Amino acid sequence: MAFIKLKNITYTYPLAKEPALRNMSCELERGKFYGVIGENAGGKTTFCNLLRGLIPHFYRGELEGEMTIDGQEIRNIDVDILSTQIGYIFQNPFTQISGVKKTVFEEIALGMENLGVPKEEIIQQVIEIAELVKIEDLLQKDPNQLSGGQRQKVAFASIIAMDTDVFVIDEPTSQLDPQGTESIFEIIDKLKKQAKTIILVEHKIDLVAEYADELIVIGQGEILAKGDVHQVLSDFSLQTRGVMFPQAALLSKALSEKGFDFPNIPVTKSECIQMLKERMR
Amino acid sequence: MEQIELKHVYFQYPNGYLANEDLNLTVKKGEQIAIVGQNGAGKTTAVKLMNGLHKPSKGEVIVDGKNTKKFTTAQIARYVGYVFQNPDDQIFNQSVYAEIAYMPKYYKMSASEIKNRVEESAALLKIESFLDKNPFEIPYVMRKFVTIAAILATKPQYIILDEPTAGQDLKGIEVLADLLKILKKQNIGTVTITHDMDFVANNFERTVVMANKRIIADGKTRDIFGEDDILRESKIKRTLAGEVAVELGMGKCILNIPDFLQEWSKLEVKDGK
Ligand SMILES: Nc1ncnc2c1ncn2[C@@H]1O[C@H](COP(=O)(O)OP(=O)(O)OP(=O)(O)O)[C@@H](O)[C@H]1O
Ligand SMILES: Nc1ncnc2c1ncn2[C@@H]1O[C@H](COP(=O)(O)OP(=O)(O)O)[C@@H](O)[C@H]1O
Ligand SMILES: [Mg+2]
Ligand SMILES: [Mg+2]
Repeated sequence: MAFIKLKNITYTYPLAKEPALRNMSCELERGKFYGVIGENAGGKTTFCNLLRGLIPHFYRGELEGEMTIDGQEIRNIDVDILSTQIGYIFQNPFTQISGVKKTVFEEIALGMENLGVPKEEIIQQVIEIAELVKIEDLLQKDPNQLSGGQRQKVAFASIIAMDTDVFVIDEPTSQLDPQGTESIFEIIDKLKKQAKTIILVEHKIDLVAEYADELIVIGQGEILAKGDVHQVLSDFSLQTRGVMFPQAALLSKALSEKGFDFPNIPVTKSECIQMLKERMR
Repeated sequence: MEQIELKHVYFQYPNGYLANEDLNLTVKKGEQIAIVGQNGAGKTTAVKLMNGLHKPSKGEVIVDGKNTKKFTTAQIARYVGYVFQNPDDQIFNQSVYAEIAYMPKYYKMSASEIKNRVEESAALLKIESFLDKNPFEIPYVMRKFVTIAAILATKPQYIILDEPTAGQDLKGIEVLADLLKILKKQNIGTVTITHDMDFVANNFERTVVMANKRIIADGKTRDIFGEDDILRESKIKRTLAGEVAVELGMGKCILNIPDFLQEWSKLEVKDGK
């Protein structure tokens, strides 16, 4: 049975003239890594708010259609319980920091404290997560005196620390340097290998294409495409709807316009190198 | 001299943390540079020194011949406009229009001049349709564009953009690339901090690299991306086309897809027909 199921979901924010989501239907399975892409204002964050139950429980507005998580209708779900099952990393890293804690250490511990995790375990977990996210040197700093990227890493760490089965992650690398970005993807990959379900919104399509199992393309409130990464990205017409394509695909497209045809469209760097090497022999 | 100059600049935060060490940098009026480098390297700290939001703990910052220590931040900000990394640190008005109009009003410009400037700036960022919205109710990237428009409306001599590319989509990146071209024509100096290597490769001839509180490189973008040590130390990467070129033994000087096409056409390869 599908883990999350949407059927003809239409949602309008309070006072908004137009719906932010239109007639969306899809099914998500447990244990998969979904990459959500698409142009800004298309509805990606709204989709996340829905998966986490913030719509309809926090944002009022008007919700039509049916949606279930683990068989339970979303309108009847207890969001407090849902919050212990689905970790949600907000889009804006500047608002995720609580502002009430004096050190990064306490900030990362906050979520676990709220879940009632024993103290010893919290300390252990904070240290482990800090190593994983490579922010050990920030643990004693004041969360309000961090650089933009450092904040984003702390926000990520504090949600990952809660070790939920499902993570909804909205643009976690927007403020990160290229190597920091790659390590976030490596961590997400690790989570996936622990059978976690991941829904990741991200513009950095080169990395999404490399790591995600499936893509969900959202635009103008609709699901424009959903499926296997190669299959979705073989349709260049999505470019006209504001979808970014991997540099590997764009390079092969540019080469084919110069008369070098390739049998398949590469989406990752290694595929691209492989294909070009064959030509060089 | 019309330029921003950092001379042996050090900066220490009030809590004692030393965030910049011995920065030396000159940005001429009309010039456009990118600043890249690892998170926490000190980029934001460094650019805040350029518009007087920070004053150096040691060393000097000279804007068009004037030492920033002798002027207030408000005085310098008229020359050097800074767009904050986090738009919420900058925005405080209840409508997008009021936010952009705020500084022109503060400078006591005529009503028609204010209106012109708001409309002109909003058009450059393609946010005309948001003018009557509350800035706190529009998406993050749009808020960022509001803050850029607000600084443009002051018509400064220099503009500093702190991570304008963060979270942008295809259209947003295009708007920013076009904006840079317009600023270039207007001979306005720009300093752009970004983690988007494609954006750097496609739009900047000069790149400054920071790591561990210092400037570790300053030069032609092409040369910077050719140096493995610099990339490693500052945690930046080549573009994908650049990385592919290195892997294929095509050299380290390929910046982006157009470069790649040019080099590829010189090789003897099977054309696939
Ligand atoms: N208000 C502050 N008080 C004390 N230390 C600070 C303060 N703001 C920043 N820092 C520290 O100064 C260092 C440089 O921060 P800065 O914001 O300049 O980095 P950055 O290069 O802009 O990074 P990013 O790419 O993440 O935005 C960091 O280690 C940060 O923790
Ligand atoms: N809290 C809100 N109130 C009203 N409208 C909103 C709110 N959040 C988002 N919207 C609107 O919903 C649409 C989808 O936005 P969003 O889900 O944030 O898109 P994305 O994450 O793809 O950029 C946009 O038109 C946006 O302006
Ligand atoms: Mg969003
Ligand atoms: Mg910064």
